[in-house]
Amino acid sequence: MADTMTAPATMAIQVTVNGSNRGGNVEPRTLLVHYLRDHLNLTGTHVGCDTSQCGACVVHLDGESVKSCTVLAVQANGSEITTIEGLAKDGDYHPVQQGFWEMHGLQCGYCTPGMIMASVSLLQRNPNPTEDEIRHGLEGNLCRCTGYQNIVKAVQYAAGQIGRDAGAADAPLPHDAHRPIHHDGTTPHDPASVDDWEDELAGESDES
Amino acid sequence: MFPNRFEYRRPGSLAEAVQILAENPDAKLLAGGHSLLPAMKLRLAAPSTLVDLSQIEGLRGIAANGALTIGALATYNQVHDSAAVRQAAPMLADTCGIVGDPQVRVRGTLGGSLAHADPAADLTAVVLALGGEVTVVGSGGERTIAADDLFVDLLTTSLAPEEIITEIRIPDLAGAKMAYEKHEHPASGYAVVGVAAVLAMGDGGTIRSARLAVTGATAKATRLSSAEAVLAGKTVRTETIAAAAAAAADGLEINGDLYASADYRRHLVGVLTRRALERATG
Ligand SMILES: Cc1cc2nc3c(=O)[nH]c(=O)nc-3n(C[C@H](O)[C@H](O)[C@H](O)COP(=O)(O)OP(=O)(O)OC[C@H]3O[C@@H](n4cnc5c(N)ncnc54)[C@H](O)[C@@H]3O)c2cc1C
Ligand code: FES
Ligand code: FES
Repeated sequence: MADTMTAPATMAIQVTVNGSNRGGNVEPRTLLVHYLRDHLNLTGTHVGCDTSQCGACVVHLDGESVKSCTVLAVQANGSEITTIEGLAKDGDYHPVQQGFWEMHGLQCGYCTPGMIMASVSLLQRNPNPTEDEIRHGLEGNLCRCTGYQNIVKAVQYAAGQIGRDAGAADAPLPHDAHRPIHHDGTTPHDPASVDDWEDELAGESDES
Repeated sequence: MFPNRFEYRRPGSLAEAVQILAENPDAKLLAGGHSLLPAMKLRLAAPSTLVDLSQIEGLRGIAANGALTIGALATYNQVHDSAAVRQAAPMLADTCGIVGDPQVRVRGTLGGSLAHADPAADLTAVVLALGGEVTVVGSGGERTIAADDLFVDLLTTSLAPEEIITEIRIPDLAGAKMAYEKHEHPASGYAVVGVAAVLAMGDGGTIRSARLAVTGATAKATRLSSAEAVLAGKTVRTETIAAAAAAAADGLEINGDLYASADYRRHLVGVLTRRALERATG
């Protein structure tokens, strides 16, 4: 172990994180996820399993989704990194974030940052995935809460939204095509205010 | 979890990398890191020095002129997406699309998979069945190792400690029929058992020669020589395939674990041999 004692304690790295230049000194053994969370305070990226299985730690490294618990910070030297904090643009959620919001794609939220980052990559590789392709495309991400149903719907919503933004005529309408449907066949209401909601409820009880 | 302390080196040339390895007997090469880093986090591996290959030019290219040459650092995604690989050896492209999960396929490399020689890896059996070979560079210069001579035992290859795989070569297999079938572990995605089959075809639908290899069942990727012997010289028929499948596990030393007993794996070797042959010839 004499070698490790004489090894330099830290190394300087430079990275671009969510568009800003960041740098610092890290021990070579520092994992990218710990660099992001502990050095840069970007705690949106989570550590779930810490054994490369669960995908809670997924970030984009030079445009591709990686498990940041299985990449050394020094390996990322010189790279561009996007974390969940950098996905929204000018205050607008990314379509995948909108999808998770609209389709109730999360419960406890622990898997969500990694799930969203992996879904963004999935749609970059395959803008029009089938349900099966979505499920396989998210094989590296585990969710303990949702049973995945609404995560699949969230990605479908996002695919439709991105297609529409890109002007594809046949892209499904996100709001209508993927509206969650209640077991009685009705769709949920989106009242704009508590007053509206009370009016709606009053209206409903009037009818019955 | 984080690994033991180590020194991190990022050489710019193969010669420099070979020199670091020669000077540091405890050093290890780092490619995609998707076998090595998890092992280091669990302290199953604690190299004094990591030699990151990523800055060395010329280790990622994919070229085809009959035979196929793939740089050791080509990732699963790069191999999967390569039109040249799909044309020359579709089984290789397909298999690179089903290893692990999408994040593993972004980082993991073909050279890393072969050098690691995991008993449940997919590409070991696939490259063995394709009759591939690796070019390695070490302090004694360059040499070629056939896949038949590469895998020695569990996680053990015939590479010397200071040797680096630089490329993987697959011979010209024009007209061959091929398929890989795996029963994947539901949690890890690794092969509980996987069988790769490559059939060189002669006139009138006869099988000129067959190369089959299994992973997951044995300590290292292993040729299914009994099944190969059954197939050679026969025409492709249901009975031929059934006979090959029945013979497939003959002579293999099959391992069991908590997930799948040796008997069950033996059964799977037959089933997956049949499926691989059916799909290859279907
Ligand atoms: C969650 C998960 C699921 C996985 N599922 C599967 C699966 O279904 N099927 C499967 O086959 N694999 C699977 N793997 C393993 C994955 O394929 C690894 O990436 C691969 O086995 C190793 O490649 P690497 O480039 O990451 O190598 P590394 O981890 O960097 O290196 C592995 C070993 O090879 C040595 N090495 C690397 N490159 C070279 C070289 N060019 N020359 C000489 N030695 C070298 C290293 O020193 C090290 O000892 C999985 C991994 C994870 C984390
Ligand atoms: S924390 Fe990285 S994969 Fe689970
Ligand atoms: S929402 Fe809880 S783990 Fe996915």
